[in-house]
Amino acid sequence: MPFLTPDEIEALLLSLKIASVAVAVALPFAVATALILARSFRGKALLDGIVQLPLVLPPVAMGFLLLVTFGTRGGVGAFLKDHFGIVLVFRWTGAVLASAIFTFPFQVRSIRLALEAQDMGLDEAARTLGAGWFDRLVNITLPLALPGLVAGAITAFAGALGEFGAIITFVSNIPGETRTLPLAIYTALQTPGGEAEAARLSALSILLAFLFLLGAQAIMRRATAKAGR
Amino acid sequence: MSAQVAIRHRQGDFTLDVEFTAAAGGVTALFGPSGSGKSSIVHALAGLTRPDQGRIVLEGRTVLDTRAGIFVPPEKRRAGLVFQDARLFPHMNVEKNLLFGWRRSEMRASAPDVSRTIALLGLEPLLKRAPKHLSGGEKSRVALGRALLASPDILLLDEPLANLDAARRADILPWLERLRDIARIPIFYVSHSLDEVARLADRVVLLDAGRVRAQGSVFDLLAGLGAEKPLGAVLQATVGDIQDGLSTLLFDGGVLLATEVGQPGKQVRVRIGADEILIAREAPKAISANNILPVTISNVRLDGMRAEVEMHCGSARLVARITAASVQRLQLKAGICAFAVIKSVIVEGG
Repeated sequence: MPFLTPDEIEALLLSLKIASVAVAVALPFAVATALILARSFRGKALLDGIVQLPLVLPPVAMGFLLLVTFGTRGGVGAFLKDHFGIVLVFRWTGAVLASAIFTFPFQVRSIRLALEAQDMGLDEAARTLGAGWFDRLVNITLPLALPGLVAGAITAFAGALGEFGAIITFVSNIPGETRTLPLAIYTALQTPGGEAEAARLSALSILLAFLFLLGAQAIMRRATAKAGR
Repeated sequence: MSAQVAIRHRQGDFTLDVEFTAAAGGVTALFGPSGSGKSSIVHALAGLTRPDQGRIVLEGRTVLDTRAGIFVPPEKRRAGLVFQDARLFPHMNVEKNLLFGWRRSEMRASAPDVSRTIALLGLEPLLKRAPKHLSGGEKSRVALGRALLASPDILLLDEPLANLDAARRADILPWLERLRDIARIPIFYVSHSLDEVARLADRVVLLDAGRVRAQGSVFDLLAGLGAEKPLGAVLQATVGDIQDGLSTLLFDGGVLLATEVGQPGKQVRVRIGADEILIAREAPKAISANNILPVTISNVRLDGMRAEVEMHCGSARLVARITAASVQRLQLKAGICAFAVIKSVIVEGG
């Protein structure tokens, strides 16, 4: 990419790294949450509300909350540092946490829709053929929900690439550590004569988002055709 | 070994209260109109529902006893269930579908046995296909093979032909007959089709509104059933010599003639419609019908303008549907001897 400066490439790669790790870390939790929400139980509306909360929460407020909680003097932050040597604040791992939380609802919603659309008759058939709970989850439920899983992961990934408020509040704007694409755009705009750089990075962000959207659709189409439904 | 079933279950307004047994190596038909509880029984047998009260013993193994708190879940029950809609796993090819239960079975069938089952159902050419590229009849056969290869203690067929058109049904029935003849486990066959039951079943449990109305041998119980085209008789017969281009069919009670049906010695099942049987007080002469059986009338039921006349010929039970006027004119009543003139017979190979 000859038209990008080394700093810009660094921001791009960092963004991709943070977004993919955030999606991967959140995925198992999203699957578990979606499996729970696909059933009916008391207090389902409450859990559903909590899961969806990041969609309406102001990112800056959430970033502040994370700073208080996971800062080295915050309750959880101090515990993680003292017992596991894990520090999230001002680190790229903190950006991962913030991105994972904000894109969690996208993953849960997509997986849940796929699970709810599933024919429970196949689950019954697998049971009568001797497949226990975990066996059915791994061999029937999840493979059939795969299009939903992939679509959710891609949406979440695209969303994570754009996260700004929570990252800058929680882990600040450190080049090479937490300065992702949106933060680089913001920084460029703060610098006199940085408009050209901001325009390049913005165009790159839009292009990336568009590519992922197309990719998600293509994968969905293929998976749907393969499943024969 | 056998299956013993006693279930009592309430679901909304519907109450199921049934008790019956089934022998090994035979087909027990659960027969009745929709809403009579057939599918509820099958689901309870498979463990997919848990009855309020009941006891189910499969092959000597108690899989349900509500009083003793025993409930074996479906995945441990070894009850093979073939659903009406086949329910093949869409993300696996035919081979993987077939081996799904086999892989999970505690007593895996040997490789030659697996090949034999696949051959029995004519599935070799389909192994690498995806379920969506199968016809309705092929799907039914794969579902049947999949259930069989899991080495179940009991096989449950929940209207496996209901979703198929007449031609496909005719394709599948011979496979089911072969299965019936080689399977050593009890088979429960749910159906609301009299013809299918007459062709496949050995025993029948007649269900109505969640109760067992009658149970017994298919040869005793089915004659007289059916509203549109009532059944007159179901007979088991052995093919004998060929006379004048017609096969003789030997059954307990006499001999029937039919257009050639196969090699002597072959076992066949004969169906006669209740409207295909005429009654004569004296042996008719110079008549086109080939089959005239001496019978003893055991019961006459009048129903408005119509009448059902029940007769026995040896151990075979026949029911003719004639008019009440004919009953009057011939003075038919229980105990008298007469002749059943049979216009046509349907023969199906077993």
